[in-house]
Amino acid sequence: MSLISTLARLEAVESGRARPLATVRHRHVAERPLVLVPLTTAGEAGAPLGALVGTDPEEPTLLVVPQPRDRDLRFAFLADLAEAVLPYVDGFADDVEAAERGETDPETGKKVKVEVELCADAPQLIVPSRAGVEYVRLLGRSTRFRRTAEQDPETPFPAPPRVPLLGRWLTHYGERARVPGSSLLLAATDLLNRHWATGQSSLEDQHLGALLAWIDAPEGSSGAEAALRAELARDRDGQLLCPPAGPATDPAFDNRLLAPAVERYDRARQALAAAEDGQAADERLGDLHRAEREIRRLILAQLRPTWHAVWRAIELVRELPPGARVADRWTRDRWSFTGHRDRVRAGEPPQPRRDDAVTAANKLAARESAQTQLEAQEALDDPLVMAGRRLTGEAFVAEVVEVTMAWSESKRPAPRPLLTVRTDDRPHLGEGVKAYRSLEGKPQTARFVRYEEDGSLVLRVLDRMGRGKEPAEGSVPEKGDRLVWTLFEHDQRVGPKLPDPEETPWTHGGPPRVDAVEAPDAVTPEDLL
Amino acid sequence: MSESLGSGPVPRPQTTLRHRLAELRGPASAPHPLDARALAALAANPGCRRRALLDGAGVDKAALASALGAPSGFGQSQFAFMRGHAFEAKVKADGGAELLRLLGVDDREDVRVPDLTAAGPQGRAARTALALREATEAGAEGAWTLLDHPMLALEVAGSPAYLEPDAVVVGPGGRWTVVEIKSFPMIDGSADAAKVGAAARQAAVYVLALERTARVTEGASVAHSVLLVCPKDFTNQPTGSVVDVRKQLSVTRRQLARLTRVEDIAAALPEGVSFDVAACSAEELTAAVEAVPHAYAPECLAACELAFHCRDRARAAGAVEALGRSVRGELGGLTTVGAVLAAARGEAGDPDDPAVAALRRAAALRAESLEEAAACR
Repeated sequence: MSLISTLARLEAVESGRARPLATVRHRHVAERPLVLVPLTTAGEAGAPLGALVGTDPEEPTLLVVPQPRDRDLRFAFLADLAEAVLPYVDGFADDVEAAERGETDPETGKKVKVEVELCADAPQLIVPSRAGVEYVRLLGRSTRFRRTAEQDPETPFPAPPRVPLLGRWLTHYGERARVPGSSLLLAATDLLNRHWATGQSSLEDQHLGALLAWIDAPEGSSGAEAALRAELARDRDGQLLCPPAGPATDPAFDNRLLAPAVERYDRARQALAAAEDGQAADERLGDLHRAEREIRRLILAQLRPTWHAVWRAIELVRELPPGARVADRWTRDRWSFTGHRDRVRAGEPPQPRRDDAVTAANKLAARESAQTQLEAQEALDDPLVMAGRRLTGEAFVAEVVEVTMAWSESKRPAPRPLLTVRTDDRPHLGEGVKAYRSLEGKPQTARFVRYEEDGSLVLRVLDRMGRGKEPAEGSVPEKGDRLVWTLFEHDQRVGPKLPDPEETPWTHGGPPRVDAVEAPDAVTPEDLL
Repeated sequence: MSESLGSGPVPRPQTTLRHRLAELRGPASAPHPLDARALAALAANPGCRRRALLDGAGVDKAALASALGAPSGFGQSQFAFMRGHAFEAKVKADGGAELLRLLGVDDREDVRVPDLTAAGPQGRAARTALALREATEAGAEGAWTLLDHPMLALEVAGSPAYLEPDAVVVGPGGRWTVVEIKSFPMIDGSADAAKVGAAARQAAVYVLALERTARVTEGASVAHSVLLVCPKDFTNQPTGSVVDVRKQLSVTRRQLARLTRVEDIAAALPEGVSFDVAACSAEELTAAVEAVPHAYAPECLAACELAFHCRDRARAAGAVEALGRSVRGELGGLTTVGAVLAAARGEAGDPDDPAVAALRRAAALRAESLEEAAACR
């Protein structure tokens, strides 16, 4: 945490309200995101308990597993989830624009431009918290290797038709969420934490209710009080007024409300199975429905506050104006979505359990460069973020006090003007250090030359001044200009290219085996998912 | 102080200390046992005298927190509880054959599973020590022994703690291995790092306790890696992974040695202080708790029943640690929210102090950027 954000937290403590950490919105928020609030069964990996899902804050779809240990009921849940998620995802697949991508021609080895499709927009998934993001990954892992009866008639417990496809999409989204700055799958807590500092620690900020309480405290109450209520307040039955944002449930809910309701449901099912005649069966079916409705009611009550909290978070973040470079990052997300759409359409198998060496190295390199890019872009978009970089000496704001024209000493002299600038910041400048400023969205480079006696700096501008002897108009700063210079680059350089997976050297396990198809998870009757 | 952990069998705690701790706890209440999870948490915050004393005296902190009006949210879902028990039973089924298979030992029908029942924790600890000695002797002849829920004793900050690992396996050559059975899944060979870390810290406490017994048992040695057993993927099938706990072991050993002796903390208390939840009023309990200094950090929320109470106090005092331990580091000698903000605004503090100077620059830059952004709108 930088000193500036620590200061923001302390200000929040004093004022009892969250304080801004950003002056613009740094994440893309779709017009019609899909919000997913999942709940899981305590102690059972990947045994979902229920979910609220949908694109309309007023009309969520409630999905409930009345007995999470029952495989058929879980499959029914996953099939319903697929029905809620996949039509939304498919809705973005066909609206495309033409784009170009640089590829290497396999025969000539030359770089060529290839016309490809790029989806005009991409589906966005928003979950309450980081644990929710992890749960999306987990659901993806647990379903993408499932076999349907159509794929394999012999499979002992066939999954409903669209479930494996759901798993592949959830896996893709879970994986994309690990790329810094991506917005395909977002956690509401991360969205809020990026833009506001609360008067509590970052650990406590993972509680969506408490976090919102600081940002959006009701009139007349302090954020700290509201947050405490969100964390601890319970009703007369000992139930939290603000249930956890999931996927884990509150143990008091499990023990006092859910367990007895599930037990009633089990008894009603046994009674139905034991019914001897039609009339008795009808009556007992009624009991079973009542028991199921009761569980649905309980789970809805746990999910609804979080559902509203997520939409409230979206609303709050939308009020901020978007950063100028957010759209650029969203385009990368659209490429990611389009790429996976193409892989699914091409009939490629589901993502493997473990990446091969080249894919893994590529992913890591991509995440690293996304991280540096994100840091640079956020600073350029937002003076408050830039202030943090200025404080650490990685950027400075300076006023131009003098411009001296000069030229390079080559056969065709090019302009290399010298700028004398004055700054109150303390950048880490040394011999030959380069500084960059944004000129019409593109970086212009200057090299640090020397300090003048009065403490001002001399910089030599190196590029973006056109081809002529005289610099293009507006390309050289003028006297009196106040400019932001950064010592970090604005764009990422692409690292060395890795070999194709087929060329993986033996030191890294050799080429991945193409004949080894990922086998579905082994299933036994007592398996939980 | 390291000798209190390091050497020899458990020294008898002084009867006066035991008497004093019983007084603090309240004579009517049974001591709340100190388990490995609590010890690992204690080791994570060795500067907290409040926790050291209350745990040492065996005070029921959950009841105390409720009495103070700041109840903890701790609890276990019965679903998780049932699942955990069912899984542990499955792992230990067939006289431990399944467990040994995970250790890489196949087809052993002759695993010894000694009976460890005895009266009271001390009795069970003595019984375990005996069983460990026998198992080590049998191990010299190539036999395997599974100790199901043994009881180990460890002296912590001058008071005894009894610990119950899920299992200890003694193999040929007298090697003792701690087995930790957890019900979180290991998916594609990897499990949640935070959960594995917690399990490793807990197991390190068991290894530490075993080492004390091993030192007085001829031919015995304790493995510094433990066997973590978890469900495989989404199934109920156990799978194991050997986890090296040397790092956790040295951290825990050092931190536990750093714990101020409970004796010293108790001696510093004023007369008449009592944590007897049954006998004292809320005001008396509050005053009693106040008499022992705490070292609150946000990590406590996940590990200590009293955390909400201490957080309340830390916030009321304006302590910057309430925002996280790392916050303290960048603020130099400024320890309260008021002092930091006053220094940042130039109302107080020495401008030559680098921390104060940095704060002022940060405050100026922050204000400038916020104004700039507001002007742009």
